[in-house]
Amino acid sequence: MISQAPAPATARGTLLRVSGVNVYYGESHILRNVDLKIPEGEMVCLIGRNGVGKTTFLKTLIGLLHHKSGTIDYEGSQLLSEPPYQRARRGIGYVSQGRDIIPQLTVKENLLLGMEALPGGLARNRHIDPLVFDLFPILEKFLARKGGDLSGGQQQQLAIARALLGKPKLLLLDEPTEGIQPSVILDIERAVHRIMNETGISVLLVEQHLHFVRQSSYYYAMQRGGIVASGPTTSLSDAVVKEFLTV
Amino acid sequence: MELFFSQILDGVSIGSVLLVSATGLAIVFGLMGVINLAHGEFMMLGAYVTFVVQSIFKPMGGVLFELYFPIALVAAFVVTALVGVLLERTLIRQLYGRPLETLLATWGVSLIMVQLIRSVTTAMIAAIVAGVLLGLLAVRFLAARFAEYPFFPYLRGVVWAAALGVGLAINGALASVRPLASAWFGPRNIDVTAPKWLQGSWGKIAGIELPGIRIFIILLSVALLLAMLWFLRKSVWGLRMRAVTQNRQMSNCLGIPTDRVDSITFGIGSGLAGVAGVGITLLGSVGPNLGAAYIVSCFMVIVLGGVGNLTGTVIASLLLGILQSVIGSGSILIAFPDLPASVKGVVEFFATTSMSLVLVFTFIIAFLQFRPNGMFPQKGRSVEV
Repeated sequence: MISQAPAPATARGTLLRVSGVNVYYGESHILRNVDLKIPEGEMVCLIGRNGVGKTTFLKTLIGLLHHKSGTIDYEGSQLLSEPPYQRARRGIGYVSQGRDIIPQLTVKENLLLGMEALPGGLARNRHIDPLVFDLFPILEKFLARKGGDLSGGQQQQLAIARALLGKPKLLLLDEPTEGIQPSVILDIERAVHRIMNETGISVLLVEQHLHFVRQSSYYYAMQRGGIVASGPTTSLSDAVVKEFLTV
Repeated sequence: MELFFSQILDGVSIGSVLLVSATGLAIVFGLMGVINLAHGEFMMLGAYVTFVVQSIFKPMGGVLFELYFPIALVAAFVVTALVGVLLERTLIRQLYGRPLETLLATWGVSLIMVQLIRSVTTAMIAAIVAGVLLGLLAVRFLAARFAEYPFFPYLRGVVWAAALGVGLAINGALASVRPLASAWFGPRNIDVTAPKWLQGSWGKIAGIELPGIRIFIILLSVALLLAMLWFLRKSVWGLRMRAVTQNRQMSNCLGIPTDRVDSITFGIGSGLAGVAGVGITLLGSVGPNLGAAYIVSCFMVIVLGGVGNLTGTVIASLLLGILQSVIGSGSILIAFPDLPASVKGVVEFFATTSMSLVLVFTFIIAFLQFRPNGMFPQKGRSVEV
């Protein structure tokens, strides 16, 4: 007899649940049995040294890479082999490590492209939500400039604003403070906080900057492609930080 | 001097055709990194569409026949664009990220297209349509039942082989009926006549005749170029195309359907080749091998102008057209009758279409030794990444 299992994996309040995920680059095994869950409206942080597989994990979630085994449940259904653009349309916003601003397009055009993830895409949505200019005033000033001409910090703000314009339910941030001056880091932290409070989105943050890490509610520590420690961030002791974060 | 000027006008009109075609080749290369060796055959296809439209309109005669040309332009664009989309969906997409295989595959496609035009008959078309429909239906029907099984790929192969057999049988059966088995075009050149309003002169400027055909082609390519610029700069799909050209992965992550962008771009690129083919019907002879004559010039235009640079493409195509026409026609001899005999001999030697191409390409190769990235290479941070 087949027993009727209760609705699997996605208990109420969990937006994303990853279990037993394995990812390969060709022959080499990068992610090993990764388990992770992101509650609705919370910020979850993934920490670990360079090269342990954090970026690979985010790329797997957005669909640039595909998992060979394991399951990724998002909003109650599994993510299988959907291309990235379909995942973006299902509400996953991605801010990549290199920021990936389209260099020859203006800031305005870059922002417009963020709205491709909305229903109907760009054809139906031509109005840029002024909220992003409220969060990052510098962008409004530079609307007509080419994206590639902005500084690193400005590009990071543009990348986050672009992702937010797609009204994501889950925002993936890959080292948003890497190589950026401290004042802009604070701006970015403030903006992410405000968006979470106002719209209730969930955030998965990959970060090495401790100040930002401490603001998340849960942490997962990664080593050699596997999760080796996790818990509420309040329990993130200096010893753990020393083991998994400092070089 | 007047002869010289009219040669330049000839050159500009040839250059305009090259420009339209090379633009199509360039946007496809820029977006997908695909070098489409069948591009010349799309030009050929456009020329044959013109012939077909002309043949439909010919019996109507009178004013209607005069109007066939604009209709042929639209028809050529639509038909070649659709064939381009089909090629992208079925073949190019499978080879994404493998430039050498793509090169070989598109060359193969070009050979198939040439032979198809030579030997296409009604029976053959009926057989192809029936075979493909049958294969698609059978695979879809079987996929609903057996898709999960490991032997499904083999089953699919067997079904397609059977569909091929059915197609061959249909072709064989129909081929016994005479009217169905005669070739539509045959291997020989076909004859496209320009409507009356294009023939003859469109007036004079400073004593120089303005031949209607040349002026029309130049205006047409200017209009197409402006339309293309508008499309790329102002339309939603143009913005998507520019985004995917510059950063495919991130565009995908932002929600841009990159596969549809690829199809549309390939369709537009092929469509431009088709329109250029319509222009060619006014300039020279039209036969199944037409593509080979123009594809090399198109590549040269792109290499000379600098990949991904519209200004460069414009200047390079006009330059190529003018040089080719001035050298090839031997009008230098008439313009400068007092040249010493030795120089005269050299000029005469190069005064044929093919020899003038040899000379022009030698110039280009020499030029590229000094400027390997063409006249207007792309500069800046984004190129180096």
